[in-house]
This record gives sequence, C-alpha cells and structure tokens, in this order.
Amino acid sequence: MLSDKDRIFTNLYGLHDWSLDAAKTRGDWDGTKEILSKGRDWIIDEMKESGLRGRGGAGFPAGLKWSFMPKEDTGRPAYLVVNADESEPGTCKDREIMRHDPHKLVEGCLIAGFAMGAMAAYIYVRGEFHYEAGILDAAVEQAYDAGLIGKNACGSGYDFDIYVHRGAGAYICGEETALLESLEGKKGQPRIKPPFPANTGLYGSPTTINNVETIAVAPTICRRGASWFSGFGRENNTGTKVFCISGHVNNPCNVEEEMSIPLKELIEKHAGGVRGGWDNLKAIIPGGSSVPLLPKSICDTVLMDFDSLKEVKSGLGTAGIIVMDQSTDVIAAIARLAKFYKHESCGQCTPCREGTGWMWRVMERLVKGDAEIEEIDMLLDVSKEIEGHTICALGDAAAWPIQGLMRHFRDEVEDRITSNRSRSAA
Amino acid sequence: MTEQPATFAFDADNQALADKHIAKYPEGRQASAVLPLLDIAQRQCDGWLPRAAMDYIAEMLDMAPIRVYEVVSFYEMYHDTPRGKHELRVCTTTPCWLRGSADIVSACEDEMGCKVGETSPDGVFSLGEFECLGACVNAPVVWIDDDYYEDVDPDSARKLIQAFRKGERPEPGPMTDRQKSAPAGGPTTLTGAGE
Repeated sequence: MLSDKDRIFTNLYGLHDWSLDAAKTRGDWDGTKEILSKGRDWIIDEMKESGLRGRGGAGFPAGLKWSFMPKEDTGRPAYLVVNADESEPGTCKDREIMRHDPHKLVEGCLIAGFAMGAMAAYIYVRGEFHYEAGILDAAVEQAYDAGLIGKNACGSGYDFDIYVHRGAGAYICGEETALLESLEGKKGQPRIKPPFPANTGLYGSPTTINNVETIAVAPTICRRGASWFSGFGRENNTGTKVFCISGHVNNPCNVEEEMSIPLKELIEKHAGGVRGGWDNLKAIIPGGSSVPLLPKSICDTVLMDFDSLKEVKSGLGTAGIIVMDQSTDVIAAIARLAKFYKHESCGQCTPCREGTGWMWRVMERLVKGDAEIEEIDMLLDVSKEIEGHTICALGDAAAWPIQGLMRHFRDEVEDRITSNRSRSAA
Repeated sequence: MTEQPATFAFDADNQALADKHIAKYPEGRQASAVLPLLDIAQRQCDGWLPRAAMDYIAEMLDMAPIRVYEVVSFYEMYHDTPRGKHELRVCTTTPCWLRGSADIVSACEDEMGCKVGETSPDGVFSLGEFECLGACVNAPVVWIDDDYYEDVDPDSARKLIQAFRKGERPEPGPMTDRQKSAPAGGPTTLTGAGE
C-alpha cells in the first residue's frame, strides 16, 4: 500500500487550506525556477522516464505527447489546454484537485507549458463546477500576485499566462477537439484528425491538451524524480493514481493509490468493501462508464492498470470504478448509460447520432424482456457499425458498455426475454 | 410563445465582468467569450436568455446571431424560456442511480408538486434530471443553482426544498457528516500528512 509520504495529493479531502501559503507548506512551488532552469528537454525527458501516461482516459504517454510540439518558432503562438471538463460517469477526481489542491495544477501548467514552448494555458472547466472554477480562478490570481506566473514567471525570464474558462454543460466537450471548438466559442463538435492539435489546435496554433491530473502530478515528478514515480506500479503502468470508487460499496470515496493495485484490495481497503461482502458483488465498471464492465470472477484478481484491464477486454480509462452488487439490474444499469450516450451525442456523425438512440431504445425493451432473442445479435452488429465509424470516440464509448454486457451477462438478457414471453403467454 | 423583452443590455457590473472575460482571449478571438457572456446574461435575466440578450452578445462579440443561438441550444446550461426562481437538478446517471436517485426524483416531484421538466406551481423551482455531475463518490447528487448537495436521501432532499422555499440556502456539500469525498467514517489515507 502506498504510504502517505508518497502521495502527491496531500489535500485530496480538503482537510487543509487550498490557498498559496498553505500549498507551499505542502511542497508546491518549491524550486520551480530551478526546474525551469534545467530546460525544456530535461523536463520532457523526466516525464518520459517517469512513465506517466495521460490520466484522462486514453493513457497516452505524457512526455511523448509534449515532445510533439514544435521545437522551433513557427510564427504562431503555442498553447497548453487543460481538460477539466470532467464528465465521464464514475469520475470525480479532477474536481478534488481543483478545489483542494489547485496550486498543483497551476504550477503544473507553468512547467508543462514551458516544456512545450506554450505562451499560455487555458483551463477548460465543466460549467457545472462553478465553485471549483472559482477556487481555481482565485489560485491563478494568487500565483500572478506572487510573480509565479505572468511576466518573468518565478523569475525564470519566461512569460506565461493562465486563464480559466468555464464550459456550459456538454459531455462531448471532454473530447479534445470538441473542447477546442467550444473554447473558440462554437458548438462542441469534434474535429477530424489530422491535422492533430500539436500542429493545428486552438486558433489554428500548436496545442497540447492534457487532463487535470496529468498536469497536476508533473511538478512533483520533476521535484522527486522520474525514478521515484516510476517506482510505483508495474512497468508501462507506473506511478500513483487517484481512484474514484462509487456505487454499491460501504464507503464510496476518492483515494490516491499505487497503480496496479488489485481491484479487490483497493475496494476492501479504502471503500469499506462491497455492500454485503465481496461475494455479493455482481459486476464492476473499472474505468468510467465508457469501458466494458467486468463480472465478479474477473474482479477477483484483476489489477488496476492499463495493461491488466486491457487483457480482460476493458480499460483503466479514468479509473472511475462503478461497483454493482447482486441486487443490481445490470441490464437497466447499462440501459441508463445507453441513454446517457444518446443524450450526449453531438449529432455530427450519422452512425452515432442515429445509432445511440437506436441502441438505447432496444436496451429499454431488453430491460423489460420485450424483444426477440435475435435482436441481441442485431444490437451487437449495430454497435460494431457505430464503433470506429465516427469522428470521435463517443461512438466507441456508446458501443463498449453494451458489448461488455452481452459478453458477460448475455444469459441474463436472454432469460429476461424468455420469462417475459412465458409471462405474456400465460 | 414566450414573451420576449424588447431590449437587453448588461448592467455596469456585468459589463465590467464581461470585459474581463473578453480580455482573456487573443485579439480577433473574442468569440471565445460567448460561453461566459451568455452565463452572465442568463444570471442577469433571472435564469433564462431572451432573444435580445443573445443578439446583444452576438453584436458585442462580432458574431452572426445564428452562431450564438446554436450555442445556446447546444449547451445544457442555457435556457431560452423563463424558469423558476431556483434550478434543481437531480443527477440520474448510473452511479447516482445505483445509490437511489430514482427515489430522490420521486421525493422532489412530490415535494414540489411538479414533474421533471416542469416548474413548480409556486414558481420557486424548475425541476430537471441531469446527466453525470461528476461527484459520483458522493452520490446521489442534487444540484441547486450553483451548488452541489451530496449524499442526499429522499428525506434530506425534501428538507432542502423546504429550506429553499423559505428563502434559506443550506450549506452545500455532503448531507451526511462525512468529510468531502473521503470515506464515511474517516479517511483511510492522509491521516498524518498535510500541514
């Protein structure tokens, strides 16, 4: 188990003051100028060596992503954009960072922005997080007043601005190019890639988009060293991670733990175990609503990291863990997610716009058992027609939960159809 | 048809606030400020956006009015018809649903005397269901105006509604005695760290 001295987010629960003076006593803004003085390449190498993979869902190596930014002057400004549009069902970690440890994010913006040659960072906060955006705004102001950002940030000779921008309620804006569209004042509809944002992003300029947690851990990695961070978790899955444990556990919570911790240990140690005991477990969605659920037999042994969850055809995603006990109507649980994706589809691509609604309507009938057995395969076929055939990953995200349900609980779906039919016959 | 006011203009404080937002974006990119400016206008208009306000913002940001209208219709947090005095939205996505959000919706409907999607007869509340609010370990979550009320049960939901009806604003956060998103009963980590 990770010890407190190795936790990055030492104010995760808001037991202490978030503001600058208190944040400094927790180690924030310590030697930032020295970190910057080591240069762009040093920072990027350190990030690469730490093994940090993006914490927003896709798990792309952070240092590598930063290195895609142009090294020479392109005649255009470059931007860091922080994705704080945390909306993936089951996920509520960035909110804690913004309201309780905002200076880790602000300092991370400077270090990351400097490393990629950005002149400014925009932090795109979901509109619902009114309070969190307010705290973040105040933290940014404190950092300006103390000379930590702005002109000659930290006395480094580097000028760097940070702006907080609030969204207005749209899950799709968590998709990085939809976020850029939204930030430019448009509907949040994803862009076709290429061109990739590192070349043509915000306002047509080189842009890197990173999740809040990814940016907020960067200063600590630079201070304590890549090898300290990579000492946690398994190879290719290194570091510490904030996990969100929701649903049918005794004590739902956020907790920072070591990557690759067994799922069962994580839940039993920190969330008070599954309601009614581990044997009362039915299924777990391990990485936010978009990843396929896992039945208890897999949850018994699976590790919470990218590779281990990929092996069992699911994913670490955002590490939002949704626990369902035996009392759960798992078909209804997935039908509710189908409704979510239908609601959040931006409407740009036909397979997603039409398909998410179609899948939801079939799922609603499957909840009641009011369907033909053959429709299960038809539903899976349609899900495959959506997956991979849309501009962004929302189509995939809508398909995967349903595919996971059929992979592990097809018997239950069929039983419901059969028993509904015999009830109707009687 | 909704009765539309003929004109709209920011009051002095809101104009200053709008200018502050516009200044965040590079020259020629002022359209970026459309989301914050719509938010400011909606607050000034008691929770909804008259057509005149959208046109006013379009002109201020040098945008075609249709671009502002489509933004208003795209994002969930804008309303183009008048609302109750308070917005109350219950999160009903799976993590909240697993923790009993359906019972919260029933309690709210009963206590307010209206259904989801409606405004209560006394005009105090507009009741809505909302997709994931991003506070899943504190489910179920009820969002009233700008604040999250967490770990709600039907009883505490009713009490919240009664309090708002009396003009009170209860302290946001968990409705139980837990510390933010730490496990109920006390943290299992960070017991010695911090200051």
